[in-house]
Amino acid sequence: MGDLAITADGLAKRYRIGEFQASYGTLRDSLVGAVKRIGRRDHSARHHEEIWALDGVSFELAEGEVLGLIGGNGAGKSTLLRILTRITAPTRGSAEIRGRVGSLLEVGTGFHPELTGRENIYLNGAILGMKRREISAKLGEIVEFSGVERFIDTPVKRYSSGMYVRLAFSVAAHLEPEILLVDEVLAVGDAEFQRRCLGRMESLGESGRTVIFVSHNMQAVAQLCDRAILLEQGKVVLDGDSGDVVARYLQSGLGSGSNRVWPDDASAPGDDLVRLRWARVVDEHGGLLDAVDVRRPVGLQIAFRVLRAGVPVMPKLKLVDKRGDVAFNAFDTSPRWRQPSASGEYVATAWIPGNLLNEGLYSADVAVCSIAAPKLHQHFQERAAVAFHVQDPGEGDSARGTFTGQWRGVLRPLLEWTVETR
Amino acid sequence: MAAEFNRVAAGEAGQPASARSSGLDRVIRIRPATRWPRLDLRELWHYHELLGIFVWRDLAVRYKQASIGIVWAIFQPLLIAVVYTVIFGRFAKFDSGGVYYGVFVFAGLLPWQYFSSSLSTGAGCLVANANLVTKVYFPRVLLPVATIVTPIVDLVLGFVVLLGMMAWFDEWPGGPQIVLAPAFLLLAAVTVLGLVLGLSAINVRYRDVAYAIPVFMQVLPLLSGVPFTLGALPAHWQWILACNPMTTVIAGWRWAVLDTPAPDAGQAGLSVAVALVLLAAGLAYFRSSEPRFADNI
Repeated sequence: MGDLAITADGLAKRYRIGEFQASYGTLRDSLVGAVKRIGRRDHSARHHEEIWALDGVSFELAEGEVLGLIGGNGAGKSTLLRILTRITAPTRGSAEIRGRVGSLLEVGTGFHPELTGRENIYLNGAILGMKRREISAKLGEIVEFSGVERFIDTPVKRYSSGMYVRLAFSVAAHLEPEILLVDEVLAVGDAEFQRRCLGRMESLGESGRTVIFVSHNMQAVAQLCDRAILLEQGKVVLDGDSGDVVARYLQSGLGSGSNRVWPDDASAPGDDLVRLRWARVVDEHGGLLDAVDVRRPVGLQIAFRVLRAGVPVMPKLKLVDKRGDVAFNAFDTSPRWRQPSASGEYVATAWIPGNLLNEGLYSADVAVCSIAAPKLHQHFQERAAVAFHVQDPGEGDSARGTFTGQWRGVLRPLLEWTVETR
Repeated sequence: MAAEFNRVAAGEAGQPASARSSGLDRVIRIRPATRWPRLDLRELWHYHELLGIFVWRDLAVRYKQASIGIVWAIFQPLLIAVVYTVIFGRFAKFDSGGVYYGVFVFAGLLPWQYFSSSLSTGAGCLVANANLVTKVYFPRVLLPVATIVTPIVDLVLGFVVLLGMMAWFDEWPGGPQIVLAPAFLLLAAVTVLGLVLGLSAINVRYRDVAYAIPVFMQVLPLLSGVPFTLGALPAHWQWILACNPMTTVIAGWRWAVLDTPAPDAGQAGLSVAVALVLLAAGLAYFRSSEPRFADNI
C-alpha cells in the first residue's frame, strides 16, 4: 500500500432537525425562544430532535485508490463528502487529506446565465480551484471537448440544457487534482453524458489519482472502484472489494435490489392519484429473482394503488443497462388502460423474453402515466426501482454459443439464421 | 467492452499525471468547528485569484444586464445631489463650508454611495451565492470582500464627474491634506467591511437583515452628514454622530478634496476606533460561524 491520501477518524455529524426547519427563522423567533428558555430556567430543554447523519466513520485511503461510497438515501454519503470537501465541519472526529483536492458536487457550480460560455469557463474553473493560467492554457481543449465552439461567445442562458451540461462537464473534466471527490454527478444528463463522465472517472483512476465517488449507480461503482464502503445510518457497515460490497448491498434490498417495498403510502412515489406499492423481479413461477438466466424470461412486477377512479392510467417500464443507456421503454398497451381506471390496487407484470438481454446488471425505472394528448403525465417515475443481474451459465445454447470471452452489446437476441449451402 | 471504453475515454480526456500545477500542496486537517475565529492568511493568498474572479463576475454581469451601466452608476448620486441642492442648498440654506453646495453635496455622496451599495449587496452576499456555499469549498470571506471591492468602480467613475464639477465651479483642494483623501476612503472600506462581514453571516440564520438594511439606508445619509457640515451642530451632537465612522469619512474626504472645515481630531479618532472594533467583531463573528454556513443557509 502506498502513502495514505485520506485518513478519516471517527467522523460524526449531528444535525438538529428543528434547525433544518428553522433555517429561515427570524430573529424574533430566536429572541422569543431565548426568553422562554430563560423563563423556564431550563437551558437544556430543546424542541428539536437530533439526528446523527454521520456516526463515527473511520477509514484510510491509499494514494491512487478509487473508493466508491454507497448506501441508501440518508445513509450519510453526501454528508461524508461534504465534510471531506470542507463545505461543512464535522461535529466530532477528524480527517487528514494529503494532496491537492478537487471536488465535484455538481456540474456547473457558479455558472452565471448572463455570462458567455467562455466567461463561464473562467468563472467555473476558478471556483473549482483552477488557476487562471491553467484555464487559459486549456481553454481550447475545454471548448473543443464541450462541442459548443459555435456558441462559446453566447450567454449560456441561451444554451439548451444539453449544451449547458456539456460545457460544465468539460470544465470539470479538465480539473487535475491529486484527490478527486465526486458526488452523484452522473445523475444528470443524457446517456452520452453519463458515459463520458464514467470514462473520465475511469481514466482518472487509471492515471493514479485518488478518487472518492458517491453514487447510486451500482454498476458504475462496481466497474470504476477498487474498493467500496457501504454506509447505513451514518455508520460503515461494509468496507471491501467493490464487487463484493455492491453485491451485498443489492442482496440486502436496501438499494435497487430485486424486491422493493414502499410500506408507507404517504412517502411512496406517486401523487394524489397513484401510489407505488412495491416492485420486484420474478421468474416464470412468480419466485423472486436476483440473478436471471440469460435464456429465461424475467418478469418485472409493480404494484400500485389507484386512489381515485376516473382517469385512465397505464404502467410504463424503462430498462437501463449498466452504462446508463436506455435499453428500451415499454408501455402496457392493453386496451384495459384506455378505460378510466377504477380505484384499487393493481399488479402489473412485464415479461422480458429470454434470449433478449445481454449479460450484466440492468435496472428498471418504473412509472405510471396518463396521457393527456399530446403530453405524457407521469404520476411517478421511480428511477432504478429494481435491479437484476443477467447471467449466462455458459451451456452453449445462448447467442454466444460456446465462446466464453466477452460478448458485447446491450442485447443478446437469439436470432434465427437460415443457411444455404451451394 | 470495458477495455475499448477506457481507451476512448483516455483519448478524449486523458492527461499526463505530471502536468499538475503546484497548488495548496499541504495536509488539510479537518476538525470540528471551534468557536474561535481563525484567520488563515496563507490560504487567503492561495485564493486571491478567485477574489478577482468574483469581482469581475459582479461587474461583468452588471454591465451586461444594464446596457448603459456606467451612466446609471453616475445618475443616481447626480439626481440626489440635484434634489439636495434645491431643497437644502437653495431653500433651507444649509452651511456648505464656503463651497458651492452642489459640489459639496456631490462630493459627500460619493463615499456614501460606496458605503450604501457595498452594504446592501454585501449583507446578502452569502445567501445570494448559496449555490456556491453549499457545493464547493473556498474561504467564504472572499464573498463579502468581493462585494466591497466591486463598488470601487462606481466610486472612481463618480470621482471623475466630481473632478469635472470642481473644474466647472472652480472649487479646488485647499492644500497638502489632499494626500489624506484615500485614507478617508479606506476608513469607509474598513467600516463597511466590518458591517458586511457581520451582517452577511447573521443573514444566513436570520433573513431579517435583508429587510432591516433599507430602513437604515433611508436615515443614515442624514446621520452621516451628507447634506451639511458637522460644525453646524452643537458639540455634543457632533460627538454622538462621530460614533458613526461615515461622518468622519464624509467630513474628512470633503476637507481633503474641497477644503471644507477639517473634522475634529478627537472625533475622527473615535470614528476610527469604532470602525476597527466593527471590523474585528465582524471578522470574528464571520469566521466563527463560517463552518456552519452550509448547514444553515
